[in-house]
Amino acid sequence: MNGQYLSGLAEFLWGIPMAVLHADASGWWIMLIGALVSSACSLIGCFLVLRRLSMLGDAISHAVLPGIVIAFLWSGSRDILPMLLGAGALGLLTAFMTDVLNRQGKLQTDAAIGVTFTWLFAIGVILLSKFASNVDIDLDCVLYGEILYAPFDTVLWGESDLGPRAVWVLAGVTLANAIFVVLGWKQLKVCAFDPGLAQSIGINVALWHYLLMGFTSISTVASFESVGAILVVAMLTVPANTAYLLTERLSHMIFIAIGVGIASSVGGYGLATVLDGSIAGAMATVSGLFFVMAALFSPRHGVVAGFIRRRRELTLEDAQS
Amino acid sequence: MNPPPIEIHDLTVAYHHRPVLWDIDVSFAAGELVAIVGPNGAGKSTLIKAMMGLVPLASGHVNFFGEPSVKRRSTVAYVPQRGSVDWDFPTTALDVVLMGRYGQLPLFGRPRRKDKEIAVECLKKVGMLEFAKRQISQLSGGQQQRVFLARALAQQTSVYLMDEPFAGVDASTEKAIVVLLRELREQGSTVLVVHHDLQTVPEYFDSVMLLNLRCVAFGPVETTFTAENLQKTYGGHLHLLTEVGEKLRQREWRHRNATH
Repeated sequence: MNGQYLSGLAEFLWGIPMAVLHADASGWWIMLIGALVSSACSLIGCFLVLRRLSMLGDAISHAVLPGIVIAFLWSGSRDILPMLLGAGALGLLTAFMTDVLNRQGKLQTDAAIGVTFTWLFAIGVILLSKFASNVDIDLDCVLYGEILYAPFDTVLWGESDLGPRAVWVLAGVTLANAIFVVLGWKQLKVCAFDPGLAQSIGINVALWHYLLMGFTSISTVASFESVGAILVVAMLTVPANTAYLLTERLSHMIFIAIGVGIASSVGGYGLATVLDGSIAGAMATVSGLFFVMAALFSPRHGVVAGFIRRRRELTLEDAQS
Repeated sequence: MNPPPIEIHDLTVAYHHRPVLWDIDVSFAAGELVAIVGPNGAGKSTLIKAMMGLVPLASGHVNFFGEPSVKRRSTVAYVPQRGSVDWDFPTTALDVVLMGRYGQLPLFGRPRRKDKEIAVECLKKVGMLEFAKRQISQLSGGQQQRVFLARALAQQTSVYLMDEPFAGVDASTEKAIVVLLRELREQGSTVLVVHHDLQTVPEYFDSVMLLNLRCVAFGPVETTFTAENLQKTYGGHLHLLTEVGEKLRQREWRHRNATH
């Protein structure tokens, strides 16, 4: 009986890499889209995590909804530029409203975030339900994404097919994020570590905060079509937090986060294929598993390492006494 | 005559319409080593933050070298309280010290070899060179404080504002900081230190500013750090005052013995 279960489990696990290896063209596009989503999000997510703003990322990912709907209604198309602008504006509005409620309204940050993003998201839901017939998106897509169909929404240049639109958009956003992080490295780092010092040496801390929020917004909106507004939060925070546990250098943290994100995308595709379930959900699940592994086995911060360290200290004390 | 390194005029700071600093009017000269002391909530940290432009002023202004502080902010090195940052941040001691150079770099510029040499030199000055590559959470409280001081040194300025650098440090770090403060004074720097340990004020500092919402007294330790002024600053905290009175008597006694 036990053997049966074990061989079943082995078969199941073996199925994951096999599903990846035997993926068809659209499967590879899906993995590439997942990898780009997680790369774009990890680049920004590392700074959100270090600044303890993960939940602001969460808030922005929801609050951009009205911006997207308004952009749809206004432009009457699914062009990416109006969407990015609409989302960017709403993302900054979220950050700004949170700030105002926090400072002027004397609300705690978490309360300010909670009030702001649910309100904006609710407005987005109303707009979406009111004008759903006019716009080419539905709530399910916004919430859960439709990465499965992304490979078939391709960009055409004359006669030739240039590949999925999502790949182009996400590659552009990933590149923009990378440029932002490289050029703003000093400022982002010192603002995250010691805002007081940053301001005292003449860095405009508020400006860099809003720039970070702006890039969070466009990363979110570029990703949400594929993975949905809920799972994009997983991409912003989980790989970054996993990397945080594994390294002691900021630059390494970013590369590890991207690596974890890419591995989660590939592994998630395999898992979803074997389970015949939601791809985006599986990708987020796999990244969660990576996080658990890091939390358990990280050499410095891990539970196991801590246990061994305590044991060693105890034996040392025994030896001394 | 050169304008003084720090000039504070009619400075008032308020949080939610409640003043936390009231009408501070004082200036500090080059080569002055000043302790800022006062009870909890007297506005010591706020004074430093207000000088750095980190909290809004309700009225008044601060000049560095005769110019508005905002313009000359980068000529002043600020050492925040150690507890104000996240020491789990993934970075090394050397990297933190390098941050002291960021103000001198162009917008998108990276630290150059010269900056790294300065950072290494500053780590050496505080006796932390061997910990340069350590992740900062693996340093003791005193070592972290030294890294903060090295970062301020790396800014290579002549005005230093330090918020409780002696808080929670070990004896050897305390000694190292005192040596450093004296060195800075010899170089003609102006150093303001928020200090909580009244007993060491006469030993470590030349001047003292007694602060409690307003500036109660400011001047040389010998004439300003008196029981009367302390009474005015601390109000009715008698046990503390008797303790300090005891210290003052001891000091006088030491002085008498030293002069004899």
